[in-house]
Amino acid sequence: MTIYIPTPLRPYAGGKDTLEVSAGTVSGAIEELTQTFPDLRKHLFTGEGKLRAFVNVYLNDEDVRYLPAKESTAVSAGDTLSIVPSIAGGLCGAEFGAQENLFVGAGFETGCLGSSLRG
Amino acid sequence: MTRAVYESIRAHGEETYPHECCGALLGRASQGRWSIEEAVRAGNTRTDSAHNRYQIAPAELVKIERDARGRGLSIGGFYHSHPDHPAQWSPTDFAEAHWLGCWYVITAVAQGKATVTNSFLLAGTTEEDKHFEQEPIDVTETAEPLAAQAESKKH
Repeated sequence: MTIYIPTPLRPYAGGKDTLEVSAGTVSGAIEELTQTFPDLRKHLFTGEGKLRAFVNVYLNDEDVRYLPAKESTAVSAGDTLSIVPSIAGGLCGAEFGAQENLFVGAGFETGCLGSSLRG
Repeated sequence: MTRAVYESIRAHGEETYPHECCGALLGRASQGRWSIEEAVRAGNTRTDSAHNRYQIAPAELVKIERDARGRGLSIGGFYHSHPDHPAQWSPTDFAEAHWLGCWYVITAVAQGKATVTNSFLLAGTTEEDKHFEQEPIDVTETAEPLAAQAESKKH
């Protein structure tokens, strides 16, 4: 089967965007991926070995979390496994400052703006 | 990014106002530089709070990436709008940003009109050291080859 590696993980996978694996299950495929590219492990799993919450894994068009057998689902040669970090966000209006400070671009520093979080 | 992409993402923000718009930016990378050639509109699944939240369904991302791959493109970033708020990333944007090395483009839409559009690179190597770096958007009339872009920077 083919594993599709997303853009942010390619630097840790030798620059590759796909990997062909021969594992028989979803978990086996991911294990084969991380054995081939060990640097991927910390990006996919927590220190406790659990898949990070923001990492979505799709077997063809199905979210693995919702398959009956989940990660133990059997896979075959023609299947594809997509690893997709989540995309979300948005402003937090209640934390923004005075209205006169809106739309000023870079350097705006109140409430929920990024610079306040930089360490 | 091309002017067509730039105008497209700003127009999207105006169309969805007062809700946030969102989408993916497709392009090609070479030597650490991205050339963004297409913007793909995505649905905002946060219909419960679309005025101040956005989320792209992973299933839609799978399809966007599959389609991009078929045309030799990759996802190089994402865009969304901030209705009646600045084009600056919020704590929510930061906490939920996981595409290291990719671009997060934010357009402020004031009373339905796109104003400032800013671009932020999610830099760092892990979730623990990630941070946003603001970079100017280089708007080109056409999708220049990356080599040509690099050459033009020298002059």
